[in-house]
Amino acid sequence: MAKITFIQPDGSTQVVEATPGTTVMEAAKLNGVPGIEAECGGACACATCHVYVSDDWREQVGAPSEMEEDMLDFAFDVRESSRLSCQIKVTDALDGLVLSVPAKQF
Amino acid sequence: MAAIDTSAANELIETDVMIIGAGPVGLFAVFELGLLDIRAHVIDILDKPGGQCAELYPEKPIYDIPALPIVTGQELTDRLLEQIKPFEPTFHFGQRIDELTRQPDGRFLLKTDIGNRFLAKVVVIAAGGGSFTPKRPPLEGIEGYEGTSVHYSVRRMEDFRDRKILIVGGGDSALDWTLNLQPIAKSLTLLHRRDEFRGAPHSVAKMRELVAGDQMQLRIGQVTALQGSDGRLEGVTIKTKEGEERLDVDTMLPFFGLTMKLGPVADWGLNLEENLIPVDTEKFETNEPGIFAIGDINSYPGKLKLILSGFHEAALMAQQAHHIIYPDKKLLFQYTTSSSSLQKKLGVR
Repeated sequence: MAKITFIQPDGSTQVVEATPGTTVMEAAKLNGVPGIEAECGGACACATCHVYVSDDWREQVGAPSEMEEDMLDFAFDVRESSRLSCQIKVTDALDGLVLSVPAKQF
Repeated sequence: MAAIDTSAANELIETDVMIIGAGPVGLFAVFELGLLDIRAHVIDILDKPGGQCAELYPEKPIYDIPALPIVTGQELTDRLLEQIKPFEPTFHFGQRIDELTRQPDGRFLLKTDIGNRFLAKVVVIAAGGGSFTPKRPPLEGIEGYEGTSVHYSVRRMEDFRDRKILIVGGGDSALDWTLNLQPIAKSLTLLHRRDEFRGAPHSVAKMRELVAGDQMQLRIGQVTALQGSDGRLEGVTIKTKEGEERLDVDTMLPFFGLTMKLGPVADWGLNLEENLIPVDTEKFETNEPGIFAIGDINSYPGKLKLILSGFHEAALMAQQAHHIIYPDKKLLFQYTTSSSSLQKKLGVR
């Protein structure tokens, strides 16, 4: 299992346990993390599971694919650290990952 | 091919059933109703059938449709359209039902956002996650400019003549309107978060030509704030790599795709639970007799938001719809494999 911390815009945090092989979005939905809407259910087709990866973790998590970059065009306040959480696969190496949830997903 | 009507004729259309939503479940409802001799009109806010399957994931595979080990959203839509062809549904695309009221004779009067009116004995809400609406950038005060200075679509190009226009986005909508409005605008700026565009390559090339010829501006960045008063936009603040700056514009067209909102369904006097419509599991009828809800938009104990659940719900809904539309007719349960009357309806006999 990998522990993932979600930081809300108000500064509050929530730590969830994620199973390797699933996605970060699924872990967030399973644990009711506010602000991760995932309208399309994980098809990389809606950009409503947008998160910011904390600086320490950006290298480990990696950059978005071309398809994900295209979809990020539909997100708001996109930054260098932006990812769609449905496209981040959970691995043991991501144990301790810290992500921030944007103020709004649209 | 079934008749497709996208016109804004204001005549009153009478029908047995009005199906709201042309996603897979709405389409299959046409089939189940058709087998029971019930004709349906189908309305959808999108300009095409298929709902989420067509809009969100046309190319993505679906693995849990019985007997179809793998099918894409578009293939599923196409196959359903083929399956319901014998029942000749009439489609009304690009419209949303805004009002629904029961008439003294028990039928329902439905009005669309572009003024079309329908009179139906039965209403089937198969609206999935709600109607697709343009995404509204979460900028403070943006609601106040909508319809006057901020627009999510272009209905009349002439309204944009001599305006100082800012278009935001990097897809085909953003590029197409950039190219179409540039000749009539006083000034036009295209703003996108990166210097790469998803839109058609020839549109991108044309846009870059206009930029090179100083006929429009291209900026790479994002909008952070709006300025103006009384619904009149006077400028926007954008953030680029170089920092924040102000753009002198009076019109903004943001193109960030679509999202699903429950919309006017909430105002029709139906019980709602967390934006879903509770139904019984025998007929999938709402608290209003004659109004049914099937597919992702309904809720009942044990509900699973699966396309196959919606198909089942459509079949049971049709039984009750038959009782309402043909109160004196006894309904005989039949199989398509053996019933010659069903096969006749399907045009296979």
